[in-house]
Amino acid sequence: MNVKLALAGAVLSAVFSSTAMAGQILLADVAELSGGGATVGTNWKNGIDLAVEEINAAGGILGNTIVVTHADSQSSPSVAKQQVQKALDSEPYALLGPGYSGSVKVAAPLAAEAGIANIMGGEAAELTKAGNKFLFRTSFGQQSSMPKVARFIAKDLKAKSVALVWVNNDFGKGGRDTVKAELEQLGVKIVADLSTEAGQADFAADVGKVKASGADAAFVYLNEEESARILKELKRQGVTLPLVGETTLTGQKVIELAGADANGAMAHVGLTTDAPVPEIKAFRERFVKKYNYVPDHNGLKGYLAVQMIKAGTEKMGKLDPKGLAAALHGLTISAAKQPGILMDVTISDTGDLDRQSFLVEAVNGKQVVKAVLEKLNK
Amino acid sequence: MNALFDLILSGLATGAIYALVAIGFTLLWQTSQTINFAQGEFVMLPAFFVLAILNAGAPFWLSAIIGVLLSAVVLGVLFKLIVVDPMLRHGVLPLAIATMALSVGIKESVKQFYSAEASPFPSLLPNTQLTIWGSPVSLQNIGVLVFGLAAVLSLNLFLERTSTGRQMQATAQNPAVARIVGIPVERMIMLTFLINAVLVALASLLVTPVYLAKFSSGEVLGQAAFVAAIVGGFNQVRGAIAGGLVIGVVDNLAAAYISTQYRAAVPLAMLIAIILFRPQGLVGRAEERTV
Repeated sequence: MNVKLALAGAVLSAVFSSTAMAGQILLADVAELSGGGATVGTNWKNGIDLAVEEINAAGGILGNTIVVTHADSQSSPSVAKQQVQKALDSEPYALLGPGYSGSVKVAAPLAAEAGIANIMGGEAAELTKAGNKFLFRTSFGQQSSMPKVARFIAKDLKAKSVALVWVNNDFGKGGRDTVKAELEQLGVKIVADLSTEAGQADFAADVGKVKASGADAAFVYLNEEESARILKELKRQGVTLPLVGETTLTGQKVIELAGADANGAMAHVGLTTDAPVPEIKAFRERFVKKYNYVPDHNGLKGYLAVQMIKAGTEKMGKLDPKGLAAALHGLTISAAKQPGILMDVTISDTGDLDRQSFLVEAVNGKQVVKAVLEKLNK
Repeated sequence: MNALFDLILSGLATGAIYALVAIGFTLLWQTSQTINFAQGEFVMLPAFFVLAILNAGAPFWLSAIIGVLLSAVVLGVLFKLIVVDPMLRHGVLPLAIATMALSVGIKESVKQFYSAEASPFPSLLPNTQLTIWGSPVSLQNIGVLVFGLAAVLSLNLFLERTSTGRQMQATAQNPAVARIVGIPVERMIMLTFLINAVLVALASLLVTPVYLAKFSSGEVLGQAAFVAAIVGGFNQVRGAIAGGLVIGVVDNLAAAYISTQYRAAVPLAMLIAIILFRPQGLVGRAEERTV
């Protein structure tokens, strides 16, 4: 009787401890599928699903089919932590997400403890400075992007003073701290330093302060929906300053939500589906065909996360979840050899990325690439 | 000075929308002792009605008209018949809890059947600037303020100057006596629900171009309007108007001159002060109840 019970227990344990079967690679995704980050998470998830579908159609990774599960963090760090813990119980090959830096901060240590690679969408500078050897970005960290933004404001726009508007979360605070230090180093005076709240609906007061500051330019660093709302309010109050930001300010969703009010906004973007890169244009077409909308950079991030796992695993030549992180460090993935990676990329020992980036402007409902900034270490 | 003028004007514009929503709280309270905790979601939902009709290919003006009519049916007639009437028999508390459940239900339904993401929403007015006393002023802000106040004043005139309006007031003051003197009380109560539905639909058309259409956008509005109704006076329409405008301006000034992080706390602090020192609200009427 005891033997039967033990056997039954072992079988049940095997069934419930892992949903991956032989010949399958289980990826667990935890993303912002609802709440304030729904745009981020939905694009990220769709990008992942497209990559999984394409890789599986081409024979999978080393002949293994990818299976992906999606869980909703509700854009909340505490829910993200619970969902990651739950996802790790099924012993995935790698963890994908979350997208919000605050959620990554609390979820990443769990993946590190489990010893699996965590490929995420967060951009806060501090994320890859904590020495977590299992954490990887899919886009630039703020320490890579903000110096370029600050240089653009100081050298190209020749602004002597700037109003900073940022969202009071890990993402916004990290960006504000980094760009503020860079701007001050370049001799640009900060004449207004305005924190706003995640999910904020009314920006009338904040825009009033920007107007009253007398700044030569405004640096706007908010999440997508809030970016759209402030662009509308800036237009409503007749603000004509140059508006500069990073990726989110001119994201596809922001342009869709803000409409003509987004025109003229400029941003440094690490990833854009408007990039003059043939592989990215082809990705955009496939994405639009499948989902019937143009993805923002988060769609690209989700897609690239799975492509990075493919490249790392093929480098190892075997399925080794514990060895994947080490395989990714220092890896240069060439778009010529793996077109799915879209642009040549080098992954540093800290999990940061080096690749081309773009300076864009929102013009008539589209991102227009004004300049291509090459990889730092070509 | 220009900055202060801008802040007050945009605060009044937002306040006019709060007032439209807050009036619904006072009307329902007066006629059926109902507190509708789904009032914020009642503002969010009409925008999605309009978007659904727009997506079907109708022009905006037609979508807006159908959206308002649909809101009157769903948020007025059906809300009263399906939620309020059956629950009110069991008392005010079960009804209040039912409206809380309705609030969650509406939000989750929109998220499930439309999208969890925000959607753009067309504006009734162009985003151009006017010059008033040498200051550039947004036509949208002026438009929202004028439109909101016009709706509120029309309602006030209707209640004060028409026979139906006076019958509604009589119903609100004492339904038993109103019934004795021949007023069709049930019809008056239904009319109140219809007026509330039309007001929230108008508020939705005015605020959604700025706040964007999203399943969660009613949370902020519902809370602000509830606070506005209490601050102004829960049992008076003019209280809701005053409360809405005051909260709109105070919120904007607090964000500009105190802190954006604590902007939500200032109206709440005001609410506590009002409850402690003037529980009937700024222009409300003190009520006594025999226990």
